[in-house]
Amino acid sequence: MTAQSATRSKRGISWGQVLVNLALILLVLFWTIPTLGLLVSSFRTRFDIQTSGWWSIFPHREWTTVEEFQPGPEVNRDGVMTLAGAQGTFEQFRQGITTPDGHRVLWLGNKRIGKVQVQNRTWTMNTKFTTENYQEVLGGKTFEIKQPDGSTVTVKGSNFTGAFLNSIIVTIPATLIPILIAAFAAYGFAWMKFPGRKLLFILVVALLVVPLQIALVPILKDYTRLELNGTFLGIWLAHTGFGLPLATYLLFNYISTLPRDILESAFIDGASHFTIFMKLILPLSIPALASFAIFQFLWVWNDYLIALIFIGAKPDVQVLTQRIAEMVGSRGNDWHLLTAGAFISMLVPLIVFFSLQRFFVRGMLAGSVKG
Amino acid sequence: MPEESLTAEHHPIDIVNESATTRGPLEWLLATVGRVAFSLFVPFVTFVVLYLGFKFLQKSAAPKGIIAIVAIVWGVGGVALLYLVSNWLVEKLGDTWRARIQPFIFVGPAVAILIWYLALPAARTFYLSLLDRNGQAFVGLDNYAAVFNNRNMFTAFRNNILLWIPFGALFTVLFGLAVAVLADRSRYERLAKALIFMPMAISMVGAGVIWNMIYDVNPNIGLLNAVYSGLTGKAPVAWTAAASLAPWNNLFLIVVMIWLQTGFAMTLFSAAIKGIPGDLLEAARVDGATEPQVFFKIMLPYIQGTIITTLTTVIIFTLKIFDVVQVMTGGQFGTQVIATQFYREYFTSQNAGFGSAIAIVLLISVIPVMVYNLRQFNDREAF
Repeated sequence: MTAQSATRSKRGISWGQVLVNLALILLVLFWTIPTLGLLVSSFRTRFDIQTSGWWSIFPHREWTTVEEFQPGPEVNRDGVMTLAGAQGTFEQFRQGITTPDGHRVLWLGNKRIGKVQVQNRTWTMNTKFTTENYQEVLGGKTFEIKQPDGSTVTVKGSNFTGAFLNSIIVTIPATLIPILIAAFAAYGFAWMKFPGRKLLFILVVALLVVPLQIALVPILKDYTRLELNGTFLGIWLAHTGFGLPLATYLLFNYISTLPRDILESAFIDGASHFTIFMKLILPLSIPALASFAIFQFLWVWNDYLIALIFIGAKPDVQVLTQRIAEMVGSRGNDWHLLTAGAFISMLVPLIVFFSLQRFFVRGMLAGSVKG
Repeated sequence: MPEESLTAEHHPIDIVNESATTRGPLEWLLATVGRVAFSLFVPFVTFVVLYLGFKFLQKSAAPKGIIAIVAIVWGVGGVALLYLVSNWLVEKLGDTWRARIQPFIFVGPAVAILIWYLALPAARTFYLSLLDRNGQAFVGLDNYAAVFNNRNMFTAFRNNILLWIPFGALFTVLFGLAVAVLADRSRYERLAKALIFMPMAISMVGAGVIWNMIYDVNPNIGLLNAVYSGLTGKAPVAWTAAASLAPWNNLFLIVVMIWLQTGFAMTLFSAAIKGIPGDLLEAARVDGATEPQVFFKIMLPYIQGTIITTLTTVIIFTLKIFDVVQVMTGGQFGTQVIATQFYREYFTSQNAGFGSAIAIVLLISVIPVMVYNLRQFNDREAF
């Protein structure tokens, strides 16, 4: 690697390097723009979102009015008129006439009492930002909204704070429990001898391909019988069940490749399986455990289907994704609320992702890449 | 686990024998009874503590913050405690029994949960697929015949197999490979990889909001329509919801999936490329190989295994694709896929037999991958 970069720097700035970076920038732009659009929109006012694209925050050329007047009665509105240096019929003025010196003359309103605007094309930026969307989504307090006809309507904001806490309560155990169970099982499959070992392992791998949708109804029936519907325990167990095949499989891939002689010498020293697992295997597997933990965390935090089925409509247990999906359903065109809500739900996973970014690559390298 | 408890538990049998020889039969009996009682007492206390915790959480009148802490400690600690206590019990037994039972303490909980949550439901679904829509009468393979003769299912199969797999899986892998190769040679590798990976952290619901906004018909909201109308001067189009575009409106949903999954493929490829020995590439370059030659003749063959693994993983993912479609179009306008069709038949139309048959078809279509994965397990040696 160092030799490579050394030869490259000797050549100076090569065209290849420029091309590589250009292509990369293009791809990265394409991947970031959607999220950027959401972020920008979430800070714009309800009115701005509906009337201009979020990209209008960037400098762009737009017609702005420099002069406005009402044509006098002497102007013949049915024939060809000359107004502010532009010549044309009423219909043409309605469309807007561009004069050779770069002005645009536009007729607004009706023929009799309408106004004429003279516009200039200038560079503008739409930089009116607000945090009101976030307050409305987070606070759960009431807002007074002025209607076009002058009356005021009080609207209650959706309470995201409770849903946010619920998401945390659901996600942390639903990440740690399957990892613990899977680590025990992975060790068992990798290093313990027992009857039915191969059969049980086949079962685990086979269940990797089962679409979880088929399990929803039977489990829901069991939960109703056990009164687990809408409880944290119920949803932890559900996430554990659906996450276990992959967790066991990935951790098995890692734990089974640990050097055999380390375990052998520990056995000679008289250690039991349990001791070896706790004192040797778990510390050695931290990269694999961490990388799976991050993935499981993201999956559970972002999950909608399992929460929808097993938590359902219980408002005091509902998680963030449910709240947003509810908003999509009930306020599908309230983009100012949708964007703010969606961004709040992304905040935690994005923080987790950017702060633990290094583990992703290292952990994946350890766990799943095999020639 | 503290150090002293390890050493104390280590030779339980020796301790029992010692006390039997030195103290006489009565003390021995008392000691044994005491030990057994103690052994039963510990799991009992564990059970009571866990049960009380559960009851507390179920009633949950306490403030939200306290419930959060109790719930997390109870959930994670409870599972750890169960393992500790059951292992503590097993290590009290003789060597033979310990060797027999201990593996099942390690593997048992995982297997039990898997059977409950996945194996039994899968078996039950297969059974239901042989029954009629109410699960009453046995109809044999009629549901399967219906699956392959149904117009909606035909569209779903077409979308899944002819559109989602070739476009979705292929472009995910291609883009992932491209970013991995390009980033490897750029100074901004970490930043570029982080930004490409970022969509992985976003929920399907969030991604649905983002892309519904981009595809919005209103050119003041939808970026795509703003560009399209601006360039061609034509009227805006409802990209995903236009049945007139079918089947190509599927491509706009596939773009979302590519956007979400490329980061995953990129990470795998990036790791594989880093694993190529540096001197191998250097030697080729010194011998005058051009960059395309290095890529096609050395890199590609070297990471072939990773390409196949990644492709299979992404293909499985595309076959099971559900959320993107459900959130964005609900499977309407000719965008249905196998999983949304299953959801619609099973839950909305309440046709259990037909829906189950769809799920089983989906299950069977992913089996070849599983067989491939199992081959590696055959020649492992354990203690």
